[in-house]
Formats: sequence, structure tokens, C-alpha cells
Amino acid sequence: MTGFAAYLVFFLIIALTYSIVVMGLNLQWGFTGLFNAGVVGFFAVGAYGTAVLIGPERAGAIGGFGLPFPIGVLGGAALAALAALIVGLATLRLREEYLAIATFGIAISIQLIALNFEALTGGAMGLISLPRPMLDVFSSPAHYNLFYLGVVAILALVVYLALERAVTSPWGRVLKAVREDETAARSLGKNPVLIRLQSFVLGCTLIGFAGGLYVGFIGYVSPLDFLPILTFQIWAMLIVGGSGNNRGAIAGAIGVWGLWTMSGLLISQVLPVQFQSQGGAIQVILIGLLIVLTLLFRPRGLIGERETVSKHAGPR
Amino acid sequence: MLQALADGILTGSIIALGAIGLTLTMGILRFANFAHAEMITWGAYMALGALALMGPFMAPLGALSFGLPLIIAMVIAAVLTSLLALMIDHLVFRPLHGRPNDMTIVFSSFGVSLLVRMVVLLIFGGSAQYYSNTLQIAVPVAPGLRILPDQLFVLGFTIVTVISLHFFLQRTRLGLAMRALAENPTLARVNGIDTRVVIRWTWVIGASLAAVAGVLYGLTVQLRPEIGFHLLLPLFAAVIIGGVGNVFGAVVGGLIVGLAESLSVFIIPPSYKLAVPFIILLIVLYVRPTGIFGSAHHAGAK
Amino acid sequence: MSGHLFQANNVVAGYRPDLPIIHGVSMHVDAAEMVTIIGPNGAGKSTMIKAIAGVLPISSGSVTLAGKDITRLPTHGMAAASIAYVPQTDNVFTTLTINENLLLGASSLPKAKALEQVGKAYDKFPALKQYRDKKAKVLSGGQRQMLAVARALLTDPHLIMLDEPSAGLSPLMVSDVFARLRELVESGVSVLMVEQNAKAAMAVSHRTYVLAEGRNRVEGVSSALAQDPEVIAIYLGAGGRKR
Ligand SMILES: Nc1ncnc2c1ncn2[C@@H]1O[C@H](COP(=O)(O)OP(=O)(O)OP(=O)(O)O)[C@@H](O)[C@H]1O
Ligand SMILES: [Mg+2]
Repeated sequence: MTGFAAYLVFFLIIALTYSIVVMGLNLQWGFTGLFNAGVVGFFAVGAYGTAVLIGPERAGAIGGFGLPFPIGVLGGAALAALAALIVGLATLRLREEYLAIATFGIAISIQLIALNFEALTGGAMGLISLPRPMLDVFSSPAHYNLFYLGVVAILALVVYLALERAVTSPWGRVLKAVREDETAARSLGKNPVLIRLQSFVLGCTLIGFAGGLYVGFIGYVSPLDFLPILTFQIWAMLIVGGSGNNRGAIAGAIGVWGLWTMSGLLISQVLPVQFQSQGGAIQVILIGLLIVLTLLFRPRGLIGERETVSKHAGPR
Repeated sequence: MLQALADGILTGSIIALGAIGLTLTMGILRFANFAHAEMITWGAYMALGALALMGPFMAPLGALSFGLPLIIAMVIAAVLTSLLALMIDHLVFRPLHGRPNDMTIVFSSFGVSLLVRMVVLLIFGGSAQYYSNTLQIAVPVAPGLRILPDQLFVLGFTIVTVISLHFFLQRTRLGLAMRALAENPTLARVNGIDTRVVIRWTWVIGASLAAVAGVLYGLTVQLRPEIGFHLLLPLFAAVIIGGVGNVFGAVVGGLIVGLAESLSVFIIPPSYKLAVPFIILLIVLYVRPTGIFGSAHHAGAK
Repeated sequence: MSGHLFQANNVVAGYRPDLPIIHGVSMHVDAAEMVTIIGPNGAGKSTMIKAIAGVLPISSGSVTLAGKDITRLPTHGMAAASIAYVPQTDNVFTTLTINENLLLGASSLPKAKALEQVGKAYDKFPALKQYRDKKAKVLSGGQRQMLAVARALLTDPHLIMLDEPSAGLSPLMVSDVFARLRELVESGVSVLMVEQNAKAAMAVSHRTYVLAEGRNRVEGVSSALAQDPEVIAIYLGAGGRKR
């Protein structure tokens, strides 16, 4: 494989992992209208949860159970679901924005734990030399990466198909009913709070699941991989792809991640060293502009073609 | 212990100033503005810029680390922050108002917050800065309690600001219109109030308070582009503790959050301090989501 | 077309642009005239009155007051244009004091004039005076209605529109409210009100419009309409209260 092809494989693994995060977020925002402002927190819980479950034992540390990878990933996803339950139960019966505030808060708290709770998370160093699933089966790293790409692609496809089914199932129709006319849904005997909670927790479970896949591929966790900017990046992927549209979510993940890595590359090549941090700021500004401008001028996304969330516009 | 109490009140009073602006905008404009905390950052840095342009033309006042220039810079910062808020409202929030999904506007404020923070980073750089290089000597006020003159100024200034705002809201027509708009926008319009004008003033007041909070905060800590980001959660916690739309509640909420943060070091390692507002927030949401002073009206319940 | 103090022509309006509720309703009110709108639940009576008051956008048709086109006037401009509106529900600010509610009603006036008008309101409604600095949430239903009317009158409007002013009041209060409105009309103010209490409302008003499904159904002089068999059958049976 040439260097470029190898890089492409690497790129696609990350982008498709993020696409699962974006689909989880899409379930929350696109299909339920819930604003999760702490995506990175749930992603980190999934990643750290997996790392603790599969990692080798460390002296004086919690975890290092050395469990098989699939169990680790599912455990990480379950922990993300638990975190979602904590904020969901507190806020979903309240004004919608309270969920946004609480998710923002839990993400900050999770970041603090990742950074400071050394016995569990390894602190600033993170947890390293985690076993990568089935690594020894393959003769070269390139082959292994191809294999992992296949796994992630299949899982992304499974998530895509499952979500497409879910939103057209009776449950999905109730979801739509709750979003479009809460009072009517309530009068049909549906409990909007419960439906929203289900959607929120399911979305966060997917986000946490993707966190586990991420760890399986890179083989370590470090707080640097879970900075608040990731939340914005994931959101940009969703908004650009068009909320309410799962195919757009995947395309948005690849497109925005591509834009991000390429602009990063460009900055590191073109800008002199003393301006690199400004370059980083410009990169982030692009993400912010992408979000705000798409919301203003292309509310259905740049790629999306399907109807987005519709709800009675209030009188003005 | 005494020192921690004093520090908590100091931080709390700054959180309170920011929270007042946030609670006003949340009550009147009816959305949680994630960009509010970035106005604190913006205000603090605008004052820094104004100071740099003016040059040190006057000696510090008394024992304080600053003089008249900083006061002037604070006014300039308030004006520039108000302009920023009005511009954002005009370009982003107003066009999104009344869009199908109500949360779109909250989300857009999330995006705007990132933009403001990055613009500050781009202009001023990421390293810590100070308004003044004057070294201050803490004055012992009681056994085990030392306070910087600047800190006393911050406290006094906050108290004066809160009292003035109270009189403004209670005694002036604009203040009355703001309270009316917070309760029932349609009825306010039926009463002949041009809500667009009131909304504009709400932005100006909220942004000016944010700028003042930013400058006062900058007097007591180092300036960094992340100061607003780190204040966002404390601000929201203060607003929700006090009940959305309740100015007095925001002040009490701010003090509670500030005190809880500084007293938390006796229970948990200081590195978790930033999570304290989140814990308080969760407790309030579980136990009394309308906040301490919240009525059923601005009920957290929908 | 002209001649009437207030005139609404073929008004189309609703809560969503694509879903009109009012499909071309016309009505007029003359100076010092009292007009009632009745109709079954969901007929669009409140919607019509909200459209006229500028609370809801009018997608076609026109509204004039004293020959001036006020169709596209923003809500807050109505007070200055001499139209006052008392909504069916939430028609006082419960978190504000009685005095503040009244001051707000005078928002479109200069401050000195506003204070003067508030003073007059207390003269007209002395019962409100003792609650001057109490929050409006302590008021009873009847007192709130009184406050809402007092507030609407602060600008000395030519036309006052009320949505179910008698709803939820005791029979004694109902006749009191109607008597006060009657006094208003005698002092030269025009009244346009939506009422469920059809019999009593028609007894005090000059003319009546019957709306059904967002359209004009019947209209005429109240006393004549009260004899109309169809109107009697649908709206005036069982004591005139439908609900
Ligand atoms: N806020 C609203 N948004 C959307 N539709 C509404 C709203 N309010 C009323 N409607 C609808 O408009 C139609 C007319 O309602 P309106 O309130 O004007 O009736 P009404 O004649 O005043 O009835 P009532 O006697 O019950 O007060 C009804 O079908 C109602 O469902
Ligand atoms: Mg009605």
C-alpha cells in the first residue's frame, strides 16, 4: 500500500467511527429535537469505560480487568447510557434547554475526571498499551487497519440500518408524534418524557459505543482526544449532513473530518511555526462558521435532501 | 476557612454579575444563551485592548492596582460588548427566531460562543495577561484573612451595580416593560410596548453587566480566552438556583455557587472544583427545578 | 365602504400561514355602538379578534379604523391607533402590581399623561385602589377582569375589544360587567365583544354577528336576531350557555 492509501484507511476508520457518533446525535437532535451539548463527554465515557475493562492490570489502579474487547465496548456503551440516564432523568421533564445545560455540565465533569482521577483514567498520561482486538492475526499493521476499517464500516452500516428501521417503526412514529404535537401525543396515552428519555439514552449509548471502537483502534486513551472542540466537530458533521438524515450524517462525518484534517495539514505546512496556534484558531472558527452559517442559510444541511424536523411554528 | 469564605463571596459576586445578565436574557428572550459567558471574555479583553491603546496616563488610585484608565476601559468594554451582542442578535438569533425547532436558537448560541472565543484567541493570543503589573499587598483584615484592595473594590462595585439594577427594574418604565415582557410578551405588545426596543435594551444591559463582570474578574485572576468558557456552567447553575428571570435569585445563586466552589476544597481535591456547579445544578434540577425563588410562572416545568 | 368607525373586510387569518382559521370574515362597528360576536366553540371568534388586534397576522383582507388602514399595524401600534384589546385568558400581568399593570396599559402615552390616566382609572374603578401595590395574582377572577378592562381604557380608545369578558364570573358579576360596558358605550366608546353568554350579551348589545367555522353565518340587530329560530335553537337554548 502506498502512503496515501494507508492514510486514507486510517482517515476512514476515524471518520466512520465519528459517523456512528453523529448518527447517535441525529437520533437525539434530528429525530427528537434534543440538544446534547456534551457529546464528547459520552464519547469519552465509552472510550474510558472500554479502556478500563479491557486494559492490562496496573499497580495500584482501579480496573485493568483484561476482558475481551467486545465485552469492553459494550460495557463502555452501557456506562455512557448510565451517564445519559443521570442527566436525562434530571432534565427531560423540564424546559428543553435544561438538557443542553446539563449535558454541557456532565461533559466538563467527565473531562475533569479523565484528567485528574489517575487511579482510574491514568490522568494526563491516559491509559496506554491497551490490547487491540485480533492484532496478532494479521501480518502487517496495514492489513490490520484494513480489517479494522471493515469492522467499523460494517458496524456503521448496521447502526444505519437499525436506525432507519427504528424511525419508521411504531416507536419511531411515536417519536415523531411527540416531536410534532406533544399534547396530541399525550392525549393518545404516550408519555413524551419517557419517549424522549429512550431516544436520548439510546443516542448516548451509540456515542459511547463509538468511543469504545475508537479505543480499540488507537490502542490508548488520553484526555487530549476528548477536548470540548470534538463536540463542536460532531455537531458540524450533523448540521452539514442535514439533521434528520442518517445518510447525510455519514457523509457529513466524512466531509467535515476531511475538511478538518486537510485544513490542519495545510496550516502545519504553510504557516510559520510562530503562527501555528493562530492557525488552529482559524481552523476552529471554520467549524463555528460552518455550524452557524448552515443553520442560517441551509437549515436542511448542505448534503441532506430529506425533510428535517417540522413542528408547528408558534404564532408571532 | 475564613479565607475560603471571603474568596467564595468574591468569586460569587462576579458569577452573580454574569448571572444577572444571563437570567434577564433567559427570562425575556426566552432561550438559554450559551454565548453569554463569552461576552464576559469579550468584555475583559476589550478592556485590555482599550487600556493598551490609552497607555498608562494616570497613577493607580490609592492602594488599588489600577486607576481611572481601567474605569474608562470598563465603559468602553461595556459599549463594545453591547455592540457585539446586538450584532449577534441581528445576524443570528433574530433570523432564527420562530424557526420550527425551538432549540435551534440555543444551538446557534453554542456555535456563536465558539466563534467569539476563537476570535478573542486570534486577536489577543492564548497566553495569560494582566491589566496591571503593579504588585498588590494583601491587607490582613482579621486573623487568617487577607484581602487585596482590588478585591474590596470588586465587592463594592458589584453591590452598587446590583442595587442600581434593582432600582432600574422597579422604578423606570423600561424596567417595568422588561418585567412585563418576561411574563407575557403578547400581552406586553397589546399594552403598546414595542418589544423589539425592549429586547435591544435587554441585550445592552446583559452585555454591559457581562463586560463589567469580565473586567472585575480580570482584576482578580489572569486573563485567558477560556475564562468565559469556564464560567458558563457556574452562570447557568446560578440562574437556575435563583429561578430563571429572577435577578435577586441570580445574585443569591451566584453567591451560593461561588461559596460552594471555594468551600469544596475542604471535601474534594481542588482539581475537581469546576465540577461543583454541575453537582449543584443536578441537585437543584432533581429537588426543586424552579429554583429557590422560582414561581410556577417561569417554571422549569414546561 | 367608509362611514363606519371600524371595519373589517374579508379577513383571512390563522396561526400558521398555510392553515387559515378565519376564511374571509367581515364586520363593522359604528361609533358608540356595542356589538357581540357569538358562535360555537372553535368557530374562530377568538382568532378573529386576535387578528384584528394585530396579535395574529392577517394574510388577506383589510381592517380600518376611522378610515385609516390598520391591517398591517404591529401589535404595539394598536394602542396608539385607539384600539384596545382584552384577551380571553392571561389578560393581566400576575407578577406585577395593580398599579404597574395600569402603568403598562399607558405605555404608549408620555409619562405625565400616563400617571394622570392611571389616577382617572382609580376614580372609575375605585375597587382597584385598595390593591394598588398588591401583585395581580391575588385578585379574584372578577377583579382581574376589572383590572384588564381598566387597563384597556387607559389610552381612551375609540374601540375596545373584549374576548369573553364574562367568562368564569358569577351571575351577579356578569350583569355588573355588562352594565359597565353599557356605560362605556353611552360615554361614546365602541365595544366589540366575543361572548359565550349569548342571551345576556345580546340583551345589552346593539348588533350581533354569528360566526361558524371561520365564516360569517348570520348577523343583525341583536333584538331581532334573538327571535331568529335558528339562532335560538343553536345558541340561546338552555339558558344561553353552551359549553
Ligand atoms: N394557538 C393556537 N394554535 C393553533 N390553532 C389554534 C390556536 N388557538 C386556537 N386554534 C384553533 O383555531 C380554531 C378556532 O379557535 P378559536 O379559539 O378562535 O375559537 P373560539 O370561537 O374562540 O372558541 P371558544 O368558544 O372555545 O373560545 C380552533 O380549531 C382551534 O383549534
Ligand atoms: Mg375563544
